[in-house]
Amino acid sequence: MKLAILFGTATAAALLAGGAMADTLADVKARGMLNCGVNTGLVGFAAPDANGNWQGFDIAVCKAVAAAVLGDASKVKYVPTTGQTRFTALSSGEVDVLARNSTVTFSRDTDLKLDFVAINYYDGQGFMVPKSLGVTSAKELDGATVCIQTGTTTELNLADYFRANNMKYQPVNIDSNAEGEQQYLAGACDAYTTDASGLAATRAAFANPDDHIILPEIISKEPLAVAVRHGDNNWGDIVRWTFFALVAAEEYGITSANLDEQANTSQNPEVQRLLGKTDDLGKMIGLDAEWAKRAIAASGNYGEIFNATIGEATPIKLARGLNAQWTQGGLMYAPPFR
Amino acid sequence: MSEIHAQTVQYVRDTMLPPAPPPNRQSGPVLWLRENLFSGPLNIALTLLGLAAIWYLVSSIWPWIAHSVWHANSLKECRGIIAATFGEGTTGACWALVRERWSQFVFGFYPSHLWWRPVAAFGFLFVALAPVLFSDSRGIRRWVLFLAAILTVWIMDALGAPTAPLTWVAAIMMLAWLLSEFRPSLLLVMTGLYPALGVWLLWGGSLWSPIVVMLGFGVAYAVYRALERTSSLLAVVGAIAAAVAWWWWIGPWLVPRLNQTVDLAITRVASDSFGGFLLSITIGVSGIAMSLPLGIILALARRSDLPLVKGFAVMFIEFIRGVPLIALLFVASLLLNYFLPPGTNFDIILRVIIMVTLFAAAYMAEVIRGGLAALPKGQYEAADSLGLDYWKAQRLIILPQALKISIPGIVSTFIGMFKDTTLVTFVGLYDPLKATADSVRASVAWKGTYWEPYIFTGAIFFILCFGMSRYSMYLEQRLKREN
Amino acid sequence: MSDFAVPAHPPFRPMMLINDRRYRGYTIQVVVFILIMAAAWWLIGNTIENLSRLGKDFNFDFLWKRAGYDIPQVLIPYTADSSHMRAAVVGLLNTLLVAVLGCITATIIGVTAGVLRLSNNWLVARLMTIYVELFRNIPLLLWILVVYAVFTESLPAPRAYSGADPAAHMILFDSIALTNRYTAIPTLNLLHSHGSLNIGWGVTINWATIAYIVVLVLAILAHRALGRWARARQNLTGVRPRTWPISAALFVLPLVALWLYFGIEVVRPTLKGFNFAGGVNVHNALVALWLALSLYTGAFIAEIVRAGVLAVSKGQSEASYALGLSRRRTMSLVVLPQALRVIIPPLISQFLNLTKNSSLAIATGYMDLKATLGGTTLNQTGRELESMVLMMGIYLVLSLIISSAMNLFNARVRLRER
Repeated sequence: MKLAILFGTATAAALLAGGAMADTLADVKARGMLNCGVNTGLVGFAAPDANGNWQGFDIAVCKAVAAAVLGDASKVKYVPTTGQTRFTALSSGEVDVLARNSTVTFSRDTDLKLDFVAINYYDGQGFMVPKSLGVTSAKELDGATVCIQTGTTTELNLADYFRANNMKYQPVNIDSNAEGEQQYLAGACDAYTTDASGLAATRAAFANPDDHIILPEIISKEPLAVAVRHGDNNWGDIVRWTFFALVAAEEYGITSANLDEQANTSQNPEVQRLLGKTDDLGKMIGLDAEWAKRAIAASGNYGEIFNATIGEATPIKLARGLNAQWTQGGLMYAPPFR
Repeated sequence: MSEIHAQTVQYVRDTMLPPAPPPNRQSGPVLWLRENLFSGPLNIALTLLGLAAIWYLVSSIWPWIAHSVWHANSLKECRGIIAATFGEGTTGACWALVRERWSQFVFGFYPSHLWWRPVAAFGFLFVALAPVLFSDSRGIRRWVLFLAAILTVWIMDALGAPTAPLTWVAAIMMLAWLLSEFRPSLLLVMTGLYPALGVWLLWGGSLWSPIVVMLGFGVAYAVYRALERTSSLLAVVGAIAAAVAWWWWIGPWLVPRLNQTVDLAITRVASDSFGGFLLSITIGVSGIAMSLPLGIILALARRSDLPLVKGFAVMFIEFIRGVPLIALLFVASLLLNYFLPPGTNFDIILRVIIMVTLFAAAYMAEVIRGGLAALPKGQYEAADSLGLDYWKAQRLIILPQALKISIPGIVSTFIGMFKDTTLVTFVGLYDPLKATADSVRASVAWKGTYWEPYIFTGAIFFILCFGMSRYSMYLEQRLKREN
Repeated sequence: MSDFAVPAHPPFRPMMLINDRRYRGYTIQVVVFILIMAAAWWLIGNTIENLSRLGKDFNFDFLWKRAGYDIPQVLIPYTADSSHMRAAVVGLLNTLLVAVLGCITATIIGVTAGVLRLSNNWLVARLMTIYVELFRNIPLLLWILVVYAVFTESLPAPRAYSGADPAAHMILFDSIALTNRYTAIPTLNLLHSHGSLNIGWGVTINWATIAYIVVLVLAILAHRALGRWARARQNLTGVRPRTWPISAALFVLPLVALWLYFGIEVVRPTLKGFNFAGGVNVHNALVALWLALSLYTGAFIAEIVRAGVLAVSKGQSEASYALGLSRRRTMSLVVLPQALRVIIPPLISQFLNLTKNSSLAIATGYMDLKATLGGTTLNQTGRELESMVLMMGIYLVLSLIISSAMNLFNARVRLRER
């Protein structure tokens, strides 16, 4: 009995840590650690390896913010969140940034009191079907059974799409991506629907990827964005412009390899401002001059991150598509650093 | 036998015949089969049904088990090996996944060079439990401590523990063994110290903070003893107040100063690196340890004569027992922040431990209430007639006996709680069952495996829970004999 | 606590609030009350402050907004256009469905396994021991996942039933199709249903069904009345009149009449496009959850039953044998009725556990109360406080109802004690 009380309080004392929500930047600096909400495991975007090192596209954003704010890309505590717990984790202050492939929607931005500060991946919801099904268009899926992850916008999109096209379907609700794959491969559903990037990632890892096709229809816009709490504008600015710094770096050809060289020799005034050579932009958001340089150094510019985590060279094999720079016909467009 | 007899009686057998073996159908395996398997039409049908079930299960699972592969780097490779060895189209188990990722199922993301620390903490747990659970037999205690010491040191060594902690652990284990041989009562000191030691080993950091927290209990006890003469109630209230004051004001002041004087810090491990069975056991053990006192208080409150106290206890117990644990876990992860002062934010593992504790406490309260009710009324009357007041009667006479009766119930509550720790997966923690398996399967190499991780974790759960239930049955038997 | 004779009331002093047994109770209660009220005040105050900080309020308006998501298995009409409230009710009904089905099968499995564990058939007793220990010592979540996976992996997809030479065949005279998505079972369709009764909430029951139910209830009542009459007769004359032909007639004749009047046809499921249509598709999410819950709880019930049977002293069955009763009648007339008293209380808590454990439906994607109100609705509206409060309240009411209903039953069983 005594043992029990002792243990409890000792645990409490060892773990109790306070944190205020008003000034996130000050909190993060005081803590010396950035709390970043991520997916529990979506290969390419956020997944821990065998040693618990998190890797992926969303992780790179966390690292960049940590590098900009704390000067060390490794000072991130990754908080795995499920589809159900993610927004509460943010609004309750458990995480400072939510980089968990979450779609921006009107109600999430307003009613849920979140601020989606930067869209890091433009996605859309698609369908994957086995080739043997003989289906070439989503319009032919009337009456089909569709596997769908619960608690996501895809669930609502699916309902809307089938209604709009006057078709019927039977949903099979699944809890995680791993489970969805299993159901789909066993034929428990005719089609698997989620973000097209997720479908590509899933298909890439199948034993026989060629037996499955992703249907041409993209039934929704899924701008996946990084979110912060509503009300702390300065912190929102920091996250937003850290992300833009990565995008701008790609535009101006700054890579993790030539970063120092660019910082010292570049004559482009925009690059000079970005890397803190002239105009102390960092000061305006409460950081030092070299914040953006550190953010880029963390895991490279946007293009490098994309190629290293989900690009054509990885097993996931995603094309840049909408996520190319605006100069190359994509939507990635960093406002001027001025 | 004399000759006369031989002449007077026509025939007398003078040697003993060896007993003839019973007829074939009345002995040996045949009889056994007849009696136990084929004694009637119903029994024959049942036996055949049972055999059919066994045959069906074995024939459908055996080929898969027989085609096991232990060495491979990915599922694809596994399938290749199976196809190459056992022929195209056969399926087989790919244990290579378990071989490569076992550490994730056991330790989660706990840093690999510090794996010895949870192992040591787990080993010491047996030492701490020895006087509580293995108190009644020196032989058992000796074996438990001996095995715990050998296994702990061996596993620590295998996991690459440095020499210094290895020596320390071996020395402490040795000391515990000596104590249990010669001064068993002193072993309780180990039990009292274990919480601080366990927390320190698992989370690291300074040893002073758990020590100071523990000192708070010492302060409370001292205050209780000092005030006991005046009034028992006053002593309880005073002790609680003193402890709270100690933790609230003196502790935070003392710890940094102690840290500056003598630094007893080891590498900190954040609780988000906890996962797998380490997480389950941490939540389970701390939950059960804290729920026991809480359960006792609730059980006493529910049996109290004071209607208000009883009412609150009933409300609390019925509320907790009426709501699924998974809902309480969601409260821990979604709502607890609403109920605490703005800006408070603490570790999700701690929040889960609190909720699991409350949950287990309600069940524990019912188990202990059963134990209290089972105690003969004479015990209560005896305590009254000795002039003991309520607290003294409970502490000295009622609770020790009631708790002893309740041990099987407590153990089965613990087993249930230990199994329920797998539900933390739904609030984003890496439990050994679903979350870890999902995260392993999220890697490209192991995508598509399904049964192997479940069988692996299921087997470990079975061994642990079955062991505990068997031990509690054994204890029950022993306690029965005593009465 | 014994009473002492107090000769005269000493004058009241403040210290007596602490030291005197007569007043101390009040002091403690007042202190406890103040402490608990303070804690409640503190919690509520924090909640209000946190809500206002986040710019949120506490109201249940969202329940009447459009839900927007689909639910695969529903008991009352529901579409994505229905309100969150209706989604919650659908979830609640789904929870009740799996809980009721689970309690029934778990009891059957548990009693069977418990009795078989005591059987003198060595093999079967061992098998049952293995079953009980295996299910009791491994987390329920694992069993749900495993049973669901067995369904998904081992049953054929609906497509296997198509084509001229299908790979899979329907069972039971081509009426039931087991697939890895659902079990397609035939429905009974009434040829003349004579309209239907709207009982609100878009739920309709046709008159023919009502007629069947009424007739069935009347038949049961008549059967019981007959039984009472027979018992009275037996007490009087010592001979029990033969009642079963009348009983059978009571059930069969009116039902046959109704059947002739309304007409009935069996609608078999047939493969149309991707899926079976015509009959009812019972989704595997439900079946797997149901089966896993039943097997898991059944293992616990088996232990309860075994303990209950063993608790009946051996003398009882020996006495019964001495009276010449057969083994079976000894079990059903002597042992089980006595064992029931020991069995019922823990059985109640197993039923409660099963109901609460059904919230693990989240693992198979079965849309129960937790998955609708406490899952998708909570997630789409962001109303975690309201949703969770409502959901926990419903679970609480459910378990209070179950425990009080079963306690009533328990009291009835207990009354037979002499």
